[in-house]
Formats: sequence, structure tokens, C-alpha cells
Amino acid sequence: MSAGADVVRPGPPLWLLLELTYRCPLHCAFCYNPTDFARNGPELDTREWIKVLREARALGAVQLGLSGGEPLARDDLETLVAEAHDLGFYINLITSGVGLNEPRIRALKQAGLDHIQLSFQDSTRQMNDFLSSTRTFDLKSKVAALIKQYDYPMVLNVVLHRLNIDHVEEILEMAHRMGADYVELANTQFYGWAWHNREALMPSREQVERAEEATRRFRERTDHAMRIFFVVPDYFERRPKPCMNGLGSIFLTVTPDGTALPCHAARMLPGLSFPNVKSTSVEQIWVQSQAFNHFRGYDWMKEPCRSCPEKARDFGGCRCQAYLLTGDAANADPVCDLSPHHHLVTEATARAERIPACADEAPAVEKPLIFRSPANSSTLFP
Amino acid sequence: MNELSVESRPAVGRGFRLQWEAAQNAFVLLYPEGMIKLNSSAGEILKRCDGAATVDEITASLEQAFSTQGLKGDVLAFLAMAHEKQWVSWS
Repeated sequence: MSAGADVVRPGPPLWLLLELTYRCPLHCAFCYNPTDFARNGPELDTREWIKVLREARALGAVQLGLSGGEPLARDDLETLVAEAHDLGFYINLITSGVGLNEPRIRALKQAGLDHIQLSFQDSTRQMNDFLSSTRTFDLKSKVAALIKQYDYPMVLNVVLHRLNIDHVEEILEMAHRMGADYVELANTQFYGWAWHNREALMPSREQVERAEEATRRFRERTDHAMRIFFVVPDYFERRPKPCMNGLGSIFLTVTPDGTALPCHAARMLPGLSFPNVKSTSVEQIWVQSQAFNHFRGYDWMKEPCRSCPEKARDFGGCRCQAYLLTGDAANADPVCDLSPHHHLVTEATARAERIPACADEAPAVEKPLIFRSPANSSTLFP
Repeated sequence: MNELSVESRPAVGRGFRLQWEAAQNAFVLLYPEGMIKLNSSAGEILKRCDGAATVDEITASLEQAFSTQGLKGDVLAFLAMAHEKQWVSWS
């Protein structure tokens, strides 16, 4: 940015996502965490996380996500929630449920936790336990009951893909039985571990359409008793999602070691130098850092985005997807059918059509699923 | 729930939290993983929805605060809309 150029101060980082730890009892094959997480440095300590909370709140952050990994692996979670509550955050705990026993759920309520998002991998014990590479289905079901008992709003989050998308109706029935207020049917976004396992996880178009139809039927039948978000798989779209509302617009993620990112997947993007909250204030990071300014506005865009009338609607889509698929983060997200690289997306979905559907078994692809684990991370990135 | 009337005592709906946000110079409604930024009239109405004041009392308070008259229709229309969105409930 040249001296004297008009610098518009960005709006506040309304959404703060703290990935408190990469430790996780689950090993989900679709996890968006970076596949090289095992090389991550030591986790921030309590005092450092509290500094982040205070600085971000002073800038106007108001929605707080506590995530990971599994945030319950931090034994200072209750302390951080209490501090965030005093600061005025609305606090969302994003959890697998593992570690959420009654004393902790009561303590978190007392500390001011507002809401719990509980993940399930499927409506069946067999597939839930296979996909997470753990025996956690029964435990998660007990946690769902505890969440209701302690009167938290409950969001059930189920990541959808080839192996469970045919169970959408059963998943919605399960959520309804458990008394969920919201259900997120989040079709897999192909980053991190999901990118490695893309072939095995990619649904067919027919599967996606059936799932949308089942969701619509369920909504009507239950008179919209639960709010259901069906996150459309963008590989099957013709226009990209307005990812993060544009990088550096409303979203700020801090990874376990204190690295600040404009999106939880952005660490993969080359050419950006990501500041750390240990050495840089959140205000400097948000307002001044190269990493947060680089993709603000439209100057970074290439054609066809640069002259596109829709650029203010979708901001060119997802930078990470553009980089993963085309090798250049400034390209249009190839989900867009105006992108010269759109064939990369249609080829990937066409491959999914050729693989026989096998929703109740392990996938019949040659490449086996690589489950998220420190050991697999170290193997991929020795 | 009863029909909305001037005797209703509206409160912010279960699952929502109303909060003043200085950084946005606005009242916001917070809910799981989401936020609604309210315009100034919506914020002024909702902040008076404490479950104790009736619609008549809320209207009178607004008319006094803004030195004006005849807000009852606007207040009722807003509350009906807000109820559809589950932002408010009443007994």
C-alpha cells in the first residue's frame, strides 16, 4: 500500500474463533484442521488467551467461538468462558462432546457459556464411530441430553459427505428426538484432512439432490420446529460462496499457538505473513497487518473477478479453494463457472459419479481414508 | 400464547440476547452463531421489552423519550413482525 493512499479502517472483527488446542479425542477424516497440525508450536497459556479476548472485545468482537481440536481438552476452559462472559461476548462452544460431563457442563453454565454446538458424525453408531475412528456415539447421545437438561440452546452439527449423506432423514429424526434447536447439515468443505480424502468423501449429484429433498420434506412434516441449515456443497454450484464475507471483513481466527488468521484454513495461503498474538496486538493484526489487508477490497483480484458485476456479492469466492485447486490464491474460486479452471471442479464431481454408492460401508475407493491423528500428521509432514 | 394487544407484556425471546454494541453503534440480538444488528427504532422498542411493561407502557415511554405521539401502530406492527422471527414473546 503506497503512502498517502486512502486507507479505510476496516469494520470490527465481529466473529472471533479461538482454536484453543489441536488435541482431539476424535480422528475425523473430514476435519478442516491443517494436516500438519502436529508441527504446531506450544498452545497459548490462560493469560495469553485472556489478552486476546480483551483486545478483540475492545475492537468490537462479539460472537466468540471456542473450538479446536476439542476445546474441552483445555482444563482452563471454564476460566476463559468466565472472562469472555464478563467482557460481553456471546459464547459458543464447538465440541465433540467428549469430556463434557455433568460437573463441567454445570460449571460452564455458571461461567456464562451461552450455547453448545455438538457434532455428530452420523445417525448410526456404526458410521459415527467409523468416521470419527472412535467409539463415541453413545457418549454424544448422553451429552445431548445433558445440554438440554442444563437449558442451553443446542445446535447439532453433522458434516455430510458421500458416506452419510443418504442418512439425512435419520439424522434429522435423531436431532428432533434429542430436542435440538438448530441442525447444521454441513456438506464437507474440502480443506485440511477432507482435501486429502476428497475422493472418498465427495457425494454424487444425485445424493446431494436426494438429501436436499429429504430436508425439505422433513421441514414441512415437522412444521419447521427445528431450524435446519443445509450448507450446500459448493462443488455442485455454479457460483462460489461469499467465503468469510471476504477475508479480513468480519472474521478473525487464532490458532492454538497464537497465529492470527483471516479464516481458519488460511494458513495454507502462500505470500501472507501471519502475525502472532503473543508479539502483536489484535488491533495491529486486524488493522495493519499484511495478512489481513492483502485480500481486502478488490485490488488483488484477477479476471474474470476484477470486472465481474457479482464481485461485491461473492468476493471471488474462497481464497483457499482457489489456491488448492489452481495454485494461485488470487484466481477466481473455480466453483464459479466463469472461472477458466471450473473444469477442475466438474472433473472432481464427475469422478464421484463413477464410484459406486456404498453408504453403509467403508468407501470403495482405492485410496483409503486418512484419519486425523498426530501420527498421520507426522507421516504426511515428517 | 395470547394475541398481541396493548395489554401484552413482551420480552426478548428465549434463545436471544439483546445487547448494546458501542463498536456498531447499535443494539444487536445475539443467538447461537449469529447476530442481528437492529436499526435504532427496533433497538429502542426491544430494550423496553422486559416482560413487565405492557405495550401501552412501552409506547408511552417511547413517545415521551422522542417527544412525539401516535406510535402505537408502529410498535404493534414491529412486535408482530418480531414475534414471527421469535425475537419476542409475551404472556
